[in-house]
Amino acid sequence: MHALLGENGAGKSTLMNVLYGLYRPDSGRIFLRDRPVTFHSPRDAIRAGIGMIHQHFMLVPPLSVGENIVLGYDPLTRPWLNLRHVEREVHSLSAAYGLDVDPRAIVWQLPVGQQQRVEILKALYRKADLLILDEPTSVLTPAETEALFAIIRRLRADSNTVIFISHKLDEVMAISDTVTVLRGGHVVETVARSDTTPAALARAMVGRDVTFRVAHEREGQGEPILRVEGLAALNDRGLPALRGLSFVLRRGEILGVAGVDGNGQSELAECICGLRPPTAGRVLLGTRDITRLSPRAIIEAGVGFIPADRQRTGLVLDFDIAENLILKRHGQAPFCRPGAMNLPAVERHAADLVERFDVRAPSVRSRVRTLSGGNQQKVVLAREVSGNPAVLVAMQPTRGLDVGATEYVQRSLLAQRERGAAILYVSTELEEVLGLSDRIAVLAQGRIVDIVDAATATRHQVGMLMTGGR
Amino acid sequence: MGGGRWRLFVFRLIPVWALCVALGLGAAFISLAGGNPWTAYWAVAHGAFGDVFGFGATLTRMAPILLAGLGVALAARVGLFNIGAEGQIYLGGLGAAWVGLYVPGLPAALHIPLALAASGVAGGLWALLPAYLRVTRGVNEVITTLLMNYIAIQGVGYVVNGPMMEPGAPYPFSPVLLDSAHLPLILPEADAHAGILLGLAAAVGLHLLLHRAALGYRIRAVGFSPPAAAYGGISVRRTMLGAMFVSGALAGLAGAGEVMGLKYRLFDRFSPGYGFDAIAAAFLAGNEPLLVIATSLFFGALRSGGSLMQRAVGTPVAIVIVIQGLSILLLTLGLVLHHWEPARRFLRGGGPRPAPAPAVERTNVELS
Repeated sequence: MHALLGENGAGKSTLMNVLYGLYRPDSGRIFLRDRPVTFHSPRDAIRAGIGMIHQHFMLVPPLSVGENIVLGYDPLTRPWLNLRHVEREVHSLSAAYGLDVDPRAIVWQLPVGQQQRVEILKALYRKADLLILDEPTSVLTPAETEALFAIIRRLRADSNTVIFISHKLDEVMAISDTVTVLRGGHVVETVARSDTTPAALARAMVGRDVTFRVAHEREGQGEPILRVEGLAALNDRGLPALRGLSFVLRRGEILGVAGVDGNGQSELAECICGLRPPTAGRVLLGTRDITRLSPRAIIEAGVGFIPADRQRTGLVLDFDIAENLILKRHGQAPFCRPGAMNLPAVERHAADLVERFDVRAPSVRSRVRTLSGGNQQKVVLAREVSGNPAVLVAMQPTRGLDVGATEYVQRSLLAQRERGAAILYVSTELEEVLGLSDRIAVLAQGRIVDIVDAATATRHQVGMLMTGGR
Repeated sequence: MGGGRWRLFVFRLIPVWALCVALGLGAAFISLAGGNPWTAYWAVAHGAFGDVFGFGATLTRMAPILLAGLGVALAARVGLFNIGAEGQIYLGGLGAAWVGLYVPGLPAALHIPLALAASGVAGGLWALLPAYLRVTRGVNEVITTLLMNYIAIQGVGYVVNGPMMEPGAPYPFSPVLLDSAHLPLILPEADAHAGILLGLAAAVGLHLLLHRAALGYRIRAVGFSPPAAAYGGISVRRTMLGAMFVSGALAGLAGAGEVMGLKYRLFDRFSPGYGFDAIAAAFLAGNEPLLVIATSLFFGALRSGGSLMQRAVGTPVAIVIVIQGLSILLLTLGLVLHHWEPARRFLRGGGPRPAPAPAVERTNVELS
């Protein structure tokens, strides 16, 4: 049971994709059971007994568990598929490792934790004895995480090798035998778990001592600026995602929203910003009801939004920096005079923001697609913050960023808070929410379970709330 | 990387390479058919540009391809495939003929714009229906625009066989349009009408719209990324509907040119497939309005020079269509190659492939 620990962008996933034959190494060799191996594709890796459980599951939702497991593996020696036989085998495998998965269940109907088990079964069915789990707990509730750990221990007891990729210290400490720390594409150290401490691992991971909380003074609270009352909405599949949710956001405050991914976070942000119609409830900005306004009107009312998916939503990747920076204001003076865009003004605006937000790019006319993730996020941040919004909804604003960029984003948000902006900070990283927020609203299954004061909240307390219990 | 400039050169010019290879393969086919490729191509070029008659014929064929090609390019820019330019041409022709025949007593200065406007509205509405189904119901516009072509062609066929048919005509066509609705000729000896001027103006206008106007910004944002556009406060629906209306209107104007500038009557099957040439022209031009001028000139010249080639060299005119098809096929191939790893590596000069993510530089991990 070997854990691979490192920050986002440290090279964990790249390394594992090399092992799994998805990428080919530029140099160096891989030894499997003391023999050098070369994988040209995942097929080779599977044949060698490597199974990979990706962070985003590779399952076909409308198919059954059995069908998913046999997909691409059933040796095509016979023209038909003996699904009965497969289901029996899956059932016995499932029982042997305590996975408790019904082979006939349809995958999309299963909860996330179960889908992950299907992925594990898929690997075991293919006779993998080296399992790679890429950030397996990022989509799980604490209870599901515990169940996963129990399964992993059972696999280990059955003399399987498990590589566990994570950037979460406590999980690594809880489950691994050895820990390898990666930073910037290099191995920093490999140690036995019994010989190390969380603080030592954190130092190795980041390269310096870590203060887990960004220092900021908490002041008296300002007046309420955003009120959400009894908000309900459906998700893309038409199922209830928000079930009557209420809170108040004050000026000069960061309200953290903690919760396991997929508990209504994106629906909440989209409802506030007018991108998803609520089925009930209302959103008030000051005293103005903005519930049914268009996204444009809500932007103009002073609501900024940093979406979770900067590549799909936050940016037009094929636009250049200057064009992206005016996405929300392209129709207004000084960028648009009646009849035509004022290109010099657009470029001046871009040059100014690129300078102020330290966006590293060859020119303001560089296509955003060519920028690194951190610089892309700075473009989004520059656009949203430069409008001096009254309310800023920030979803996972540090996802995938390195330490420096993360700190930059967090400091910018704190500066906005100083300015008097009200910030809704939505993140699945508990540490970040704890460190940055004034108050923390815990979201579970589309409801706010509780709102706690960040100064006194503990990780354990919030973690418990995230499961929906108290 | 020293090959950057070189690579840019190669990729920017993919359409040109595609055309060159298409002409080369076309030459091979001509040889197979027993002709001399040089004389055949010379005949095409001479037929298309050799004298004022040929050039006039080229311009009259270029005009509808240009106008409809601009329409297809605009739709593509907003993220929609308008395969229905042919049908929109027919509807545009019908609209122009209707105003040109039945609105009497106007001076040409009013009658011509009114007839053109009617053609634009008719073509635009014909394109708006599939766009509406797409944005409200998610109906694939490729299918609907394509199939609506046949409705439009047959619909015009019915009209000129019935309500709008010239009494006692031997073939299905309408009466002659009122004089005040005839487009002026720019090369009277070669029958080249002013439709080409309309097309050139539209190309420049569309270029300015896309690259200089707020509306063009919205169109490009929606075309590149609908979720990002919506997030930025742009109405994806309204932008798509508007762009598709203008797209159909441009194709409709192409039909008006055929009716008001060339034949002065509405004929059954009056377009020989300009709406499909338009798709090729837009695709080959990378949906850049100003480049559509060049590609539509090329396809127009092939059409006008092709007939001389058939007469002079005996090579069947169908070879022109073969070349057109090949150029599209090869362009597609070129764009695929653009994304094909070995080809990219070759152009980089055989260097190693950079890892798609931050590379693991030096790693030794042993797993027990």
